[in-house]
Amino acid sequence: MTATAVEMSQVLPILLPLIWAGILALAVFLYVLLGGYDLGLGVLFPLAPSHRDRDAMMASVAPFWDGNETWLVLGGGGLLAAFPLAYSVMLPALYIPIILMLLGLILRGVAFEFRFKSTRSRWAWDLAFSGGSTIAALTQGATIGAFVEGFAVTDSQFSGGAFDWLTPFSAVTAIAVLSGYVLLSAGWLIMKADDALREWAYGVARYALIAVAFFIAAFSLWTPFQHPDIAARWFTPGNLVMFGAIPLLTLASLAGLWRGIDKRQRYAPFLWGAALFLLCYMGLAVSLFPFIIPPDITIWQAAAAPESQLFMLYGAVPLLPLILGYTAYSYYVLWETPGEDAYH
Amino acid sequence: MPELDPLLLSRIQFAFTISFHIIFPSFTIGLAAWLMVLEGLWIKTGKQIYADISRHWIKIFAVSFGMGVVSGVVMSYEFGTNWSELSRLGGNVIGPLLAYEVLTAFFLEAGFLGIMLFGRDRVPKWVHFFATCMVALGTTISAFWIISANSWMQTPQGYRVADDGVLHVTDWAKVIFNPSFPYRLTHMVSAAYLTTAFVVSGIGAWYILRDRSLPHGRIMLGMGLSLIVWLAPLQLIIGDLHGLNAREYQPAKIAAVEAHWETRRDAPLVLFAWPDTKTESNLYEIAIPNLGSLILTHEWDGEVRGLKSFPPDERPDPVIPFFSFRIMVGIGFIMIGLGVTGAVLWLRGRLYTTRWFLRAMVMASPLGFIAVLAGWFVAEVGRQPWVVYGVLRTADAVSPVPGGSVLASIALFVVVYGIVFGAGVYYMGKLVAHGPDETPPEPGADTSHRPMAAAGRP
Repeated sequence: MTATAVEMSQVLPILLPLIWAGILALAVFLYVLLGGYDLGLGVLFPLAPSHRDRDAMMASVAPFWDGNETWLVLGGGGLLAAFPLAYSVMLPALYIPIILMLLGLILRGVAFEFRFKSTRSRWAWDLAFSGGSTIAALTQGATIGAFVEGFAVTDSQFSGGAFDWLTPFSAVTAIAVLSGYVLLSAGWLIMKADDALREWAYGVARYALIAVAFFIAAFSLWTPFQHPDIAARWFTPGNLVMFGAIPLLTLASLAGLWRGIDKRQRYAPFLWGAALFLLCYMGLAVSLFPFIIPPDITIWQAAAAPESQLFMLYGAVPLLPLILGYTAYSYYVLWETPGEDAYH
Repeated sequence: MPELDPLLLSRIQFAFTISFHIIFPSFTIGLAAWLMVLEGLWIKTGKQIYADISRHWIKIFAVSFGMGVVSGVVMSYEFGTNWSELSRLGGNVIGPLLAYEVLTAFFLEAGFLGIMLFGRDRVPKWVHFFATCMVALGTTISAFWIISANSWMQTPQGYRVADDGVLHVTDWAKVIFNPSFPYRLTHMVSAAYLTTAFVVSGIGAWYILRDRSLPHGRIMLGMGLSLIVWLAPLQLIIGDLHGLNAREYQPAKIAAVEAHWETRRDAPLVLFAWPDTKTESNLYEIAIPNLGSLILTHEWDGEVRGLKSFPPDERPDPVIPFFSFRIMVGIGFIMIGLGVTGAVLWLRGRLYTTRWFLRAMVMASPLGFIAVLAGWFVAEVGRQPWVVYGVLRTADAVSPVPGGSVLASIALFVVVYGIVFGAGVYYMGKLVAHGPDETPPEPGADTSHRPMAAAGRP
């Protein structure tokens, strides 16, 4: 009994941060996937062929945006709870993009309710929806770029400047993420829209795919050149075999997506797009693990006290499957989009 | 040009964004519960009128809920952007409480909101009722965790401070159920219900005055008033108990609220004064002798500590707590008065015809929001200079962010929130003005000739 207790007290501080890093990675991935198609629709909004199509685009996501965004709240709240040091370094470092992202999310979020209740000022809420979505997508992309590049830390506090996050690299990741979101939203529309809009979405998906393929290639070359430790991570012979599947599967997903567009498949483009995001995400994890504040702070250094992580785990283990369950149910019940006049 | 102070600016920004945010939960907590009752009554009695009212108010709920969601997301990031040292030092304690809010409440609300708003004609009646119940439950659970976290920061226990200053939890039950939590939670939930009841009954009264949607208006006014008549006096009692608790754990806050500078056994009740921090005394004071001791200690000569008994750097500035508290309590008494008057008129069968009373109810509809805001100003300004009471100073909790960044973000928040708030109130007003539809047509009926603006699905 005592022996087990001692072992647990040694194992938990090692194990819990890994589990929580996994849970948070899942939350952020679900946000990127669900929030991604959601924000991408906003980016595409002004380009849509007609007013009717814009109504249909918005109606297709109106029941879900709130749930999608909740994964972002879990990402933020979970980071504070599980890795308070990472949260307290990253957010001041990313002050400007985070605030801009929040404002973008506010504008595009309220547009759902306001747009359907407005008449003369509908154009303003169209603008709020597309502008807010675009700002949110760009700032999220810039945030990822800044994250990869790392943060200046002195005495457990961020010690850099207000614009450290803004670099050529983060500007490129901003556009890259925006393109990825557009690809996902095109895939979403292909699944959900009527014939004319679907055909348009196939065209969008093709352009977005070309852009995404370009950015994946650029990113894969740029990061190892700029960060020798990341290069070493990938190109060590043993690792190359182990992680080699990621770039190969990425190529396969790109090809699958291209073919799905060509063959006018209904669900394949979204699913391949999701696979693409997952693979890029895994590639990023390989590059950065175990650092949560590159280049110095690991998930173990940033972790909350074991008793705090454990206390949350008691809740997360039963609740996360339940959440996924009723989220899936909600998608199932509300899958068919009624005509655009059927707002509540 | 003076250096921009990130601490002061961050406090202003947090006060602004959280004040904006709290308006919507105060309304949606009560509204979700009321919608649940309406849906339940509809299923139980089969009376169409309950469904009509619910259908109408769900649209108003949706607008308010949407604004609550987007302004709430901001809060979950501001702990890091502006109060990173609080997050780093206190993350072990408040982090899990906030994470539990997301896991148990946010997802529940968000998952079932879609069905509640869009599923009425797509799922069986009972599933829609269930979804409404889950949304209502979610809003209440959300309040539970948030109030727990806030109360812990006001009356912390169940923790220890490590050598590096980081707080560690020693007892979760003590953290969650900390001394001020039960009082603050009941006080806030009851405030949310009162706020909603005044909005609902005020709008009901407005319909009656305008001689339209009469049956609906009467139900709104009647249901609202039935709650107010009991809850408004009860709220006074809860508030009094909350005050006793605060006197025990946060005596400096009570001294500020009452504008008491000296410690004395015959403390007066200060009705009006300008508390002057420089001279440490009250200007223009109007006070009733001994009543302060009686209210605060429930004894004629109970000892009440004054602000001077605390070191100057451990006391709040009394001006805002003092006036906010008087606004809140004043509104409380108006609410009790309106509840009693309404009940008397109702018993005499004149509730729906007494126009001056109906007008008073219309004017009273925003009172709950003002009282909630005033109450939070008492609680939050009154606990200064501490962010975790007696443990961590607000000044030591702020992020290493330049003042210029914070000033810019305040400006952006003011502009965006101003637009969003104005539009939200405008669209809710439009929904109210349109009124409930009496007999909804079959789903799929042609509605293209009507502006969706006013009705959505008619």
